[in-house]
Amino acid sequence: MKDTSRARIMMVVGLVVVAAADRSAAAEPSAEERGLAIATEADRRESGYGDSTASLHMVLRNKQGQTSERELRIRTLETENDGTKSLCIFDTPADVKGTILLTHTHKEAEDDQWLFLPALRRIRRIAAQNKSGSFMGSEFSYEDIAAQELAKYTYRWLRDEAYDGNDCYVIERTPVDKANSGYSRQVAWLDKAHYRTWKVEYYDRKNERLKTLTFKGYRQYVDRFWRARQMDMVNHQTGKSTTLTWSDFTFGTGLKEIDFDRHSLTLLR
Amino acid sequence: MHIRMWAAALAIGMSIWAVAGAGELSGWIAVEGRGFLNDPLHRGQDRDNASIAAQPEYYHAWENGSSFTFVPFGRLDTADSRRTHADIRELNYMYRQDNWFFRVGVGKVFWGATEFVHLVDIINQTDLIEHIDGEDKLGQPMAEFSISPSWGTIDFLLLPYFRERTFPGRRGRLRTSRVVDLDDVIYESSSKENNIDVALRYSNTLGGADFGVYVFRGTSRDPLLATPDLVPPELIDPEDLDDYKLIPFYEQINQFGADLQYASGNWLWKLEAYFRNGFFQDYFAATGGFEYTFVGIGGSNADMGLLCEYAYNDRDDGGQTIFQNDLFFGVRLSPNDAASTHLLAGLGQDTEHSENALSIEASRRFGANWRLILDAWFFLDTTSGSVLNELRRDDFARLELAYYF
Repeated sequence: MKDTSRARIMMVVGLVVVAAADRSAAAEPSAEERGLAIATEADRRESGYGDSTASLHMVLRNKQGQTSERELRIRTLETENDGTKSLCIFDTPADVKGTILLTHTHKEAEDDQWLFLPALRRIRRIAAQNKSGSFMGSEFSYEDIAAQELAKYTYRWLRDEAYDGNDCYVIERTPVDKANSGYSRQVAWLDKAHYRTWKVEYYDRKNERLKTLTFKGYRQYVDRFWRARQMDMVNHQTGKSTTLTWSDFTFGTGLKEIDFDRHSLTLLR
Repeated sequence: MHIRMWAAALAIGMSIWAVAGAGELSGWIAVEGRGFLNDPLHRGQDRDNASIAAQPEYYHAWENGSSFTFVPFGRLDTADSRRTHADIRELNYMYRQDNWFFRVGVGKVFWGATEFVHLVDIINQTDLIEHIDGEDKLGQPMAEFSISPSWGTIDFLLLPYFRERTFPGRRGRLRTSRVVDLDDVIYESSSKENNIDVALRYSNTLGGADFGVYVFRGTSRDPLLATPDLVPPELIDPEDLDDYKLIPFYEQINQFGADLQYASGNWLWKLEAYFRNGFFQDYFAATGGFEYTFVGIGGSNADMGLLCEYAYNDRDDGGQTIFQNDLFFGVRLSPNDAASTHLLAGLGQDTEHSENALSIEASRRFGANWRLILDAWFFLDTTSGSVLNELRRDDFARLELAYYF
């Protein structure tokens, strides 16, 4: 039943794309229409994975090259009609072991976020609009790691360009909720063959280039979903960088909504 | 009797550990020094103290949804023999299926929302001798059943054994002039510490709000401290006052509690309240407020939260309740750096008397496994006759270095 509704959602998304394409047949599509169509297609290809788990190794590097590391496990669940639910379970450093971040993203409404502190067995709600805050001291902010909901940006196609041997679309994303985003805009390179993201440039509120994210080692899972093994975020303004190395991607693990319930946080390991 | 019980629990914990074998072992070991700004006020108190403490944690999960947790704790203190103490924070077996679980053994449960005063948290007793912030808790023997249908979560707890609150001994600082007697405890219940307490809680999340309501019936975790002698304290030679003791009285209560957290934008609203029906009187207490977070201050990664909470309690108990009508202001600083540095400063101001206290807590990580914690408390202004007045010379700074594994 879940699968049929997912199929239904995908059909609706498909119709929107077709409708956009129809209109474009009449006249040359605007840059905004092309941008939205590319983002919608990328989103469609990303949808329908159901649930997944993965391990994440983070290396934080400061300007002097000193490093600090974190290990976490990520569990993700697509919901039928409203965003994504995710759990980040921290394994190291040892003093934050057992800390869990639970996020419910919503297609349009404010996201919900909770932090479980194991020492006090306490669940603290996070004012979830803290999107631009750093995730675990890394160069990734909460909005960088959260699931990207289509409706939370407006889009514009900029140009087509080769990147690292791939023929790419270059599109610009502008956050709808400007007040709570750390960025004025993002520029992303997506390959035409599979709509995989290879590079994102982030511009701060003064419209100066702040960070660049690059992706490496894409691999396809369950004959469908592409996942990058490595993600490098470089902060141009501070000289700091963060490398994420992903492993153990598993799809269709049987996770349920109840596993992403606030109350379940006290029971997880 | 109860030493034997804890020894038995420890033996059970160790043997399950041995039998279950490979599980996860984690925990911490820490050294601590507390330095006090002034000489002690009460007779028999040591000025400063140092201590060492450890809390290992063993966890093992089986494929069928069962798991076992064992968390012993112990501290050795140079000054206060009562602060040298051990406890079993957790020793429990849990069986979990999709939307329900049960847990038996010694466990820990936290209910609540606010930052400065924890009113509604009632399952575990406070291990007050650990820290006066009251956030350390003793392990509570329990059988818990929890089910989460689509419309929320229901928790039912059966608490067959009561834990007495810990209090500083004669040589310890941060105490009342009279030491609290732990040998002559008075219970309203004829079953004493074996009174069976029960709690039932419903909690849910609706939009940006998390809330819970509960009813608790059993032994109050907050003792009333009684003076057993008939002589009014003002007639006793102050030199002799320390030889008199305070007797804890644990009443039977029915408590209806509620807690709420609501997030909207950068605002986080928090509320806790209860109505308590006890031995002497019925009364109401509430605490609530907000935290507003400024994200990325000055274009940096740092966040700053401003907190404001108010605590109210209409119990008439001759000044034993510290928070009757108090305002709290706080600042939380999170640079979001690689060392996970945190700072929280809070000022509590009594709105009826000119009493206030300041607390600062800061910590950061060193390397991958060490954490340094500094906290300091200052009892700036106190009025005679209040509990805080007894702590007026106890301003202190505590430095703790912990190794996590």
